[in-house]
Amino acid sequence: MHMADALISPLVGGVMWAATAAITAYSARKLDAGGDDRVVPLMGVLGAFIFAAQMINFSIPGTGSSGHLGGGMILSILLGPYAAFLTMASVLTVQALFFADGGLLALGCNIFNLAFFPCFVAYPLLYRTIAGAHASEKRILVASLVAVIAGLQLGALAVVLQTFFSGVSELPFATFLLLMLPIHLAIGIVEGLLTAAIVTVVGRARPEVLASAAALPATPRPGRGRLLAQLLLLTAVTGGLLSWFASTRMDGLEWAIFHSSGKEALPAPATDAHALAATLQERTALLPDYAFRPAAEEGDAAEPAAEVAAAGSGKEKEWPDVSAGTSFAGLLGATLSMLLAGLLGFALLRLRQRR
Amino acid sequence: MARIDSSLPDLSDLDGLACRDSPIHRLDPRIKLLTTLLFIVCVVSFDKHQLSALLPFAAYPVVLLILARLPPAWILRKLLLAVPFALCVGIFNPLFDRTTLLHIGSLEISGGWVSFASIMLRFALTVSAALILVASTGFDALCLALARLGVPRPFVVQLLLLYRYLFVLVDEALRLSRARAQRSFAGRGMELTVVASLLAQLLLRTLDRAQRIYLAMQCRGFDGEVRLLRRLRIGASDVLFLTGWTAILLALRFLAPAPTLGQAIGRLLPS
Repeated sequence: MHMADALISPLVGGVMWAATAAITAYSARKLDAGGDDRVVPLMGVLGAFIFAAQMINFSIPGTGSSGHLGGGMILSILLGPYAAFLTMASVLTVQALFFADGGLLALGCNIFNLAFFPCFVAYPLLYRTIAGAHASEKRILVASLVAVIAGLQLGALAVVLQTFFSGVSELPFATFLLLMLPIHLAIGIVEGLLTAAIVTVVGRARPEVLASAAALPATPRPGRGRLLAQLLLLTAVTGGLLSWFASTRMDGLEWAIFHSSGKEALPAPATDAHALAATLQERTALLPDYAFRPAAEEGDAAEPAAEVAAAGSGKEKEWPDVSAGTSFAGLLGATLSMLLAGLLGFALLRLRQRR
Repeated sequence: MARIDSSLPDLSDLDGLACRDSPIHRLDPRIKLLTTLLFIVCVVSFDKHQLSALLPFAAYPVVLLILARLPPAWILRKLLLAVPFALCVGIFNPLFDRTTLLHIGSLEISGGWVSFASIMLRFALTVSAALILVASTGFDALCLALARLGVPRPFVVQLLLLYRYLFVLVDEALRLSRARAQRSFAGRGMELTVVASLLAQLLLRTLDRAQRIYLAMQCRGFDGEVRLLRRLRIGASDVLFLTGWTAILLALRFLAPAPTLGQAIGRLLPS
């Protein structure tokens, strides 16, 4: 499930970008410190493998639909968490750039949801713990199932949280959560089974691949406690920041300006947005249903000319009332600007043809 | 999967488009990347019920599309391919937000529909800006820009290698998939176990390939670092592009000319 630019606020996008950038830099440093340059081509080709694997689809028993491999967990099992995180992040970046899956601002969210959780939470804490060093096939099955499901559930939860804090979608938190978690449980079960099956076949054909992967600079045992502590800290900081920002009810750019200039600069759009928010609150409180609208205003709305006059005579100053006049003015402005953009494009096109 | 299958030709399309020449193609990739990011942040930072102030932002993709001589039909096709998630989440807005926000004649439009339209408009603007960036820059140049802007080296190298082997491995997967399709009838051979062994096969071949690539790189003196040779230079046109668009975008963001314009025109019209 890829987040889209259209659904997030700059603040959520920015915070997730910062978190993802920090993890990427950390993983890159760890990988450099590992000093094994064999992993460089391996990561590149395995990233391409994730793409290629998505082309071979299979039918999910009992349903008419088909599924495909997601990737984070199998990469972790083969490469260890640091290399797997970078590989998964590169896959998501290419998807964002070329398939328009997600977007540039949402890329931080997507990498966090789909790479961080499987590689740094589910793999070291669940897969490694359950499967151990020399796992039997049954243990591999259980470990992959549990780890993949947990990773996907965390990712789905993160999608819901990011959507909720961004405040662009009207979906209530609980409803969205109830939609997302079961869907991702089903996906997780299928993907877990597939991951286990692949790991088993690879283990049978080439036991040394899994053994050497497990020996890669993966999860150094003494470091695990520290890693966990860092993750918890990161989660706490991110969560704290998000909830604090969410509670201040200012959108990101306004917040940035507020802090850089000491006051809410450029009052026009700010008051506009706030007045709109206030209007909405008042409307939801006083007029739960628009059927209660006074009949006089209805009649007013039927004549656009009257509204234009009303808008002209400074009626827009009484902001709490979303008058038909202001709506009309907004629409007019929007149409005009669209026309202008179109004209500009047309003019450029003509200019180019002449040249 | 049909989706990836059908959009794979687009990937090589993209390389073809990036090889063309235009004023936009000639700009420094770092400048284009930063401008695109600024554009996306500006678009996304509006209040969710804002629609009229968002529309003028369409000027950016329109102008760039024409200056870069990219086919508009191609962008539209890519937009349609990517639409599902934003649509699925956005479509709930009209259900949950029913307060009236807009009047057109006697027609009342609820806040939910306005914010839904706003989401779809944001989606179209942000995605088309990103697509134009890639199609007018090319992947290698973009990776170079990332490296110069301070993205960790291993990640940039990973992106370059991934992109290089993407086509090879996808071809291999398509061959496997086609071979399976020719040997299975009425949906047989689509079971999980069959797919698992196919994927494991592909994975084993991939690992072999990685080993061969590694040896080949070793033979050519690979020491763990990939060097990017192309030089980047920021010229006068780059500075002009960045400052010009920054001014325009910030003006559109903070002065929100569309509603004001509408009011001004409204005032001029005879009552």
